[in-house]
Amino acid sequence: MSGTASITKNRARGARRPDLRVIGPLVALVVLVLIGMALNPNFLSYANITNVLARSAFIGIIAIGMTFVITAGGLDLSVGSMAAFVAGLMILVMNLLAGSMGDGLAVLLLGVALALLAGLAAGFINGVLITRAGIEAFILTLGTMGIYRSLVTWLADGGTLSLGYQLRELYRPVYYGGLFGISWPIIVFALLAVLGEVVMRHTAFGRHCAAIGSNEKVARYSSVAVARVKLATYAILGLLVGIAVVMYVPRLGSASATTGLLWELEAIAAVIIGGTLLKGGFGRVWGTVVGVLILSLIGNLLNLTDFVSPYLNGAIQGVVIILAVVLQRNTGAAR
Amino acid sequence: MKKTLIATTALIGLCAGPALAETIGISIPAATHGWAGALNFHAERTVERLKAANPDLDFVLTTTSDPGQQVSDLEDMVATRNIDALVVLPFESEPLTAPVQRIAESGVWVTVVDRGLSQEGIENLYVAGDNDSFGRTAGKYFADTLEDGAKVVVMRGIASTVDNERVAGFQAALEGSGIEVLAMDHANWNRDNAFNLMQDYLSRFPEIDAVWAADDDQAVGALAAIEQAGREGEMIVVGGAGMKEMVDRIRNGDKAVPVNVTYPPSMISTAIEMTALGLTGAAPMSGEFILTSELITPENADKFYFEDSPY
Repeated sequence: MSGTASITKNRARGARRPDLRVIGPLVALVVLVLIGMALNPNFLSYANITNVLARSAFIGIIAIGMTFVITAGGLDLSVGSMAAFVAGLMILVMNLLAGSMGDGLAVLLLGVALALLAGLAAGFINGVLITRAGIEAFILTLGTMGIYRSLVTWLADGGTLSLGYQLRELYRPVYYGGLFGISWPIIVFALLAVLGEVVMRHTAFGRHCAAIGSNEKVARYSSVAVARVKLATYAILGLLVGIAVVMYVPRLGSASATTGLLWELEAIAAVIIGGTLLKGGFGRVWGTVVGVLILSLIGNLLNLTDFVSPYLNGAIQGVVIILAVVLQRNTGAAR
Repeated sequence: MKKTLIATTALIGLCAGPALAETIGISIPAATHGWAGALNFHAERTVERLKAANPDLDFVLTTTSDPGQQVSDLEDMVATRNIDALVVLPFESEPLTAPVQRIAESGVWVTVVDRGLSQEGIENLYVAGDNDSFGRTAGKYFADTLEDGAKVVVMRGIASTVDNERVAGFQAALEGSGIEVLAMDHANWNRDNAFNLMQDYLSRFPEIDAVWAADDDQAVGALAAIEQAGREGEMIVVGGAGMKEMVDRIRNGDKAVPVNVTYPPSMISTAIEMTALGLTGAAPMSGEFILTSELITPENADKFYFEDSPY
């Protein structure tokens, strides 16, 4: 009995010794970069790096929010479908507005505002049902996952919702344009990651999330507003889904029933690879960013080479995910 | 093996329905991607039209997104709706074979669409697209128009027998043409995956003359990536299945998208209509009906453009 207690205590202390536990995902990332350099001279080219970072941004932005939800002991399986639904809704409304208001900037801004609001509202609904109605997060978000996926299929009439040509041209720079040669999705992702890390490390909200995740009852007795903080994590995640959608829609200007498929699992995987505990109580946003980069680098590397059969891509990704987590757990438990 | 059955005079049969109402059950995959969405669109439209034309016909239409659910749907149809005929697009061949066989043995007319069952001789009628011809038609276009030594990249769909047959047909058509296939990877019939894959192809190969995207959703993603890299005009993109945006680009003479290959989702209409004829008419309807993939060119594109279709 006391043996298990001391192990847990050591683990907890390990969390405060970053030099050991941090190393796993970073090693995996460095190894992947080295393999990439060996396999293809274009790997470190400006275009390739930009592509990989920009495509990571959607999952990355969502995964930042997921870090807070998981740290507070929750889970959200609905984010992929939610993104698809919000994207579909945004496109539909923008096309409708363009009919009466013309293809101006006003329509674009209304669309962006709608996406952010819809994301926030969807996250808020998840949060309210989990904290007030007391439904298990796993089950509730499994339910909303199905609801949003069906809604976007229904909105699109089984096909694809596409943004009108004029609006798409106007909106395009939000994904393809940028500042000083760095594209907008990367800039937004980086800013949100820094903001997330600061909130997690240096604010009462971040500490409350960790407190709730490690022991909800104790947190309640310590006068943490448990329900409100948990609700806030889901609402923030919803808002971040909205931001991700704002960056995603200008890329292909369309949304369909296959949009955002499995994003929830990729986001959760990134969070866990990055060192956040799945059972809650400890989270780090910068680790999540490393996790997201690992995931998209594997995909990129597999496309840059014919080294393995494409049928085995999923297996390679699985192995790297497991390795990253194993490296980190082992160093953590090594006391 | 593939006898092509041609039903030209059969429409007459529709008008001479029997006195008793006949029920046709239709089970197809849910509208989870563009092609399946169009499949649903054409199925619903055909049911409405046939109902209006023939009050003696009754229809049950179910859509499912996994094989297990589809088996349950079929059981429900037989148990509660007492269907006389079944039009089924099996989600997967293996798991659906035995259930459909049981239904066929109970005396129900069975029409199988597109994905065949894993055992021969169960269905009365088989209506399908031709995956080999889908790949072969695109490959033949490349072999005919590209120069010797031209470089091609291939985007495959979801790893499946459908995908394998298409790629085999494509490769067979390229044989001896001197065209070099640089790489083949899966983009899973998905725009986002195709966008990422094309970006990676573009950083990997400095010279690409043509892309076989093997599906129009993939072509959309590939075209966006090519445009982003500023390499328009260097290569052509050939998709497939006849998405209306692509057909529109072809008929407007877009240089990047010169042709397309059909794999019509409206084949479900063919199947439903022929089943209705088989039930109500006197003309023989059993056999196989294979729809060849046609090449859509600027000259014939108007024929393949459906304004109302979601795909």
